[in-house]
Amino acid sequence: MTAVAPALSPSVDALRAAFGSAVLRAAVSCGDSIVWVAADRAHEILAWLKNTPGQTFNYLTDVTAVDYRDPDRPLEVSYQLRSLSRKADLRVKIPLDKAQPLAVDSVVDLWRGADWLEREVFDMFGVTFTGHPDLRRILMWDTYAEGHPLRKDFPLRGNFTRAEQTRQALAANPEAHYSMEELSIADAFNELPEDMKRRLLDGQRGELR
Amino acid sequence: MGLTLPPDGEVTEVPAVSPNWLTTRLDFLVNWGRANSLWPMPFGTACCAIEFMATAAGRFDISRFGMERMSFSPRQADVLICAGRLPFKLAPIIRRVWDQMPQPKWAISMGACASTGGIFDTYAMVQGIDTIIPVDVYVPGCPPRPEGLMYGIMLLQKKIKGETMADPSLRQELLVNEQGFFVPPEKIDEISEPFGNSVHQTRSA
Repeated sequence: MTAVAPALSPSVDALRAAFGSAVLRAAVSCGDSIVWVAADRAHEILAWLKNTPGQTFNYLTDVTAVDYRDPDRPLEVSYQLRSLSRKADLRVKIPLDKAQPLAVDSVVDLWRGADWLEREVFDMFGVTFTGHPDLRRILMWDTYAEGHPLRKDFPLRGNFTRAEQTRQALAANPEAHYSMEELSIADAFNELPEDMKRRLLDGQRGELR
Repeated sequence: MGLTLPPDGEVTEVPAVSPNWLTTRLDFLVNWGRANSLWPMPFGTACCAIEFMATAAGRFDISRFGMERMSFSPRQADVLICAGRLPFKLAPIIRRVWDQMPQPKWAISMGACASTGGIFDTYAMVQGIDTIIPVDVYVPGCPPRPEGLMYGIMLLQKKIKGETMADPSLRQELLVNEQGFFVPPEKIDEISEPFGNSVHQTRSA
């Protein structure tokens, strides 16, 4: 029995026809089609994939990033797309040169659900998403000063000593992990004590002494 | 009578009460009451919390030890049971929970992660909650069986029954210094040294 090579998604050919050299390369891995695109046209390409009839990748499954152990290899921001109507998947990857500032355009205007996913990539890898409405750390606290933990140049135990990490963690204000928008959604702000209201209004997020 | 205070540093504290027949009888009564009506403040963060729930449920049933009332408000709790790993992001929260608990209060560190950081020797994890709050009993295990936790609770009861009002330092709050520590920072670094399977990973690696 001969193994049949899994076919590349037809969306890749359509992308090549529409964007030419902005589509860097494409591959099939474990049956999934992956297409690498240039960072400067990535937002345009993702918008095209979402809105073009016949593509309609209307569901953003995940946004993540990969930092490879080889320091010369670019960091890749990865978008896992799905078309709910066509039941088709496509993975779009944006290679970013680590010598340059890591920045891509935010896709929150295309998929609202990208909001927290991009915040997580920002928090863990330090990739800036241009145009993101609220680009803050999401897993680590706001005053976290050690860097971006999932980067390969980040030591497993962090950059600071345990005592310094403990001191900074204890100095963080546990009430200030929420933005005003999040609190207004829960309509909880009016029920907060006065001093907490004041701290939140001042934008105080704990302080390092 | 010399009522003037001696210079600083020469003050010797005399216990307010020295043990005698009355105080030891009173100690016995008070400790009997305290040891058998511990209200736990469950601080469950991980799989240890599942074993803690099993301990609280019918088969093992910690209400036999007077602990049937889980106190989800720290202000009515006697013993903080930290069941599970404690990330740095939760460190100020467990400190605040501990500060809100009124004296007398005790803490049980349940499981390997709460006691030492366990397998999570990483940037995100507190290497032992005793760097954040004072701990009375450490229960080993990953996670400990309910029998293990009950043994820890019984050890705590034994400890409580040995307390005496003649030693008021037992009930003193351990105050933190201006940096927010109650143990010196060198001590935190020392007890967070690599161990077990992670000795090959150094800070510079």
